[in-house]
Amino acid sequence: MSETATTAASTASETTAPSAAVSVNGLVKRYDQVEAVRGIDFQVTAGEIFGFLGPNGAGKSTTINMLCTLVRPSGGSAQVAGHDVVSERDEVRRNIGLVFQDTTLDGYLSAEQNLRLHAELYGVPRELVGERMRQVMEMVGLWERRDSWVNTFSGGMKRRLEIARGLLHSPRVLFLDEPTVGLDPQTRSSIWRYIRELKAREDITIFLTTHYMDEAEYCDRIAIMDQGRIIVLDTPEALKAKVGKDRVQIQTDDDHAAIAALRERFQIEATVAEGAVTFGVPAGEQFVPRLFAELGQPIRSVSVARPSLDDVFMSYTGTTIRDAESTSTDRMRNVARMMSR
Amino acid sequence: MATETTQPLTGIPGSDGRPSTQGGSTPHEIARVRVPTRSLRSELRAIKVVWKRELIRFSRDRLRILTSLMQPFLFLFVLGTGLSRLASAGTHGVNLRTFVYPGVLCMAVMFTAMFSAASLVWDREFGFLREMMVAPVRRSSLVLGKCAGGATVAGFQGVIVLCLAGLVGVPYNATLIVEVFALQLLLAFAITAFGVMVAARITQMQSFMALMQMAIMPMYFLSGALFPVSGLPQWLEILNRLDPLTYAVDPMRRAVFAHLNISAAARHALDPGVTWWSWHVPGLVEAAVVALLGLLMLTIAIVEFGRAE
Repeated sequence: MSETATTAASTASETTAPSAAVSVNGLVKRYDQVEAVRGIDFQVTAGEIFGFLGPNGAGKSTTINMLCTLVRPSGGSAQVAGHDVVSERDEVRRNIGLVFQDTTLDGYLSAEQNLRLHAELYGVPRELVGERMRQVMEMVGLWERRDSWVNTFSGGMKRRLEIARGLLHSPRVLFLDEPTVGLDPQTRSSIWRYIRELKAREDITIFLTTHYMDEAEYCDRIAIMDQGRIIVLDTPEALKAKVGKDRVQIQTDDDHAAIAALRERFQIEATVAEGAVTFGVPAGEQFVPRLFAELGQPIRSVSVARPSLDDVFMSYTGTTIRDAESTSTDRMRNVARMMSR
Repeated sequence: MATETTQPLTGIPGSDGRPSTQGGSTPHEIARVRVPTRSLRSELRAIKVVWKRELIRFSRDRLRILTSLMQPFLFLFVLGTGLSRLASAGTHGVNLRTFVYPGVLCMAVMFTAMFSAASLVWDREFGFLREMMVAPVRRSSLVLGKCAGGATVAGFQGVIVLCLAGLVGVPYNATLIVEVFALQLLLAFAITAFGVMVAARITQMQSFMALMQMAIMPMYFLSGALFPVSGLPQWLEILNRLDPLTYAVDPMRRAVFAHLNISAAARHALDPGVTWWSWHVPGLVEAAVVALLGLLMLTIAIVEFGRAE
């Protein structure tokens, strides 16, 4: 973990390291007048789980589509698995696996037929197909269901099958666009188990987008994207450390007195949130003993929480991811309203 | 970990000795797959894959097979039988069912081919098109596979109608069957190409079906599938000659009528053949017109799909 933190610091360097699975320089995508992606730079080291985090409409999917050669960049360049996404499109395609937000399975075929079709499209050697298919399907726990029609699968099973299919041709980079969106919490956690297991078993780099803060924690490094730009890129731990403060909540008999005492003795501004006196301090655990000793007010209970990525997002954008999402939907609605006039 | 992954794909993954937590195999047994670079062979394989999928899907869809067979039956046995009582004077003793048979042979193929092309719109709506579009193959291979699949499925439907020949007084003759079947395949290919060309632009099923109906129905009625093409009022004759389908129906009728034992008067009235400014257009030229149009639409379809992001 610590070594990825140090590589994170050197992402600004312009040179493309030979081990970079994805390398992006000044990538731009313009749709008519809208700039969906406004010049982004980053590198993904081979073997890591790299997450793109941001609200809907931040430009995550557009970026992933450019890296997958589905959308042509308006400017800048990108290499995936050492190949340029514009000039070496087929080479890129051969080396990547894709799992999209929406299903791309053929519901009228069986699970196995879907995979065989994929194997043939990608030219997987015939003698390897059977063995490889069994592996990927066993990994996502669908081997027993291989003869069932895909239409009879639940949303979670379909997503698992898509992950299996994306891996069938042993890609060097697996792209997952919102792999858990629309799934129930249990299925979400099982999808994550597969992703983490995958990293342990296969020689692969995983690039994913998500707008769930809790999922971003599973990534080795994350880039926070908002309004077409990368705001910050680092390990989840480092990002949270940069926020710098743990959240401490205390239950007291007299909240006003406690807040006054905090201001007086520690110069800390506290507020009442969620029915408790809430404030942020660096290194919360070490602060708690002092709090008990010096506050001079009875404390009934205390809780210390590490900063979440929600706090990180908020500290960089000044808004929560949920608020950012609602404003971007409002923006889209306004545009739609204007166009329909 | 990080440096390991820069090795070529033939490297053994999981060599850090981490134990597997699930599944029957250990990390060391994982089969590596090296995807070969693009070649003519891989393109041919892509065509085959798309073609095969079309056949699998068609064989699964019994309802579609049934409904597409219903129309020919209605035209042949209900309309043909019902109207024959009115028309017997004008047909010189030839049963009306026999007369409309070549037109019905065309129809069976047309509607199936059209539905095949329509599945492309479904594929887009249900996402599967994306799976094909990101594969390391040419878009033209996908379009070719789709057209080949549509033509095969429609050809199969045509064979069923071909089997009914005996019921309408058309003999089972080897030359006739081969001729008709070849023409059916040609027509099926052209119609699928037409549909795929439209599907490249139209992304919604409702609009696609509406547009196809709007194109196919007038084409069918103007083509002379249901009436002889000589002695028509001038406006209808012009429209008839402009209709591409005319050039599929006419050789089909000629092939069928060549094997009927009927009077010269009947032949003259019912199978006059298409003329261009009183030049009698040979069947081969007519087939060539259909083939050229099919190729033209195929080319447009390939260009359109190649451009799509």
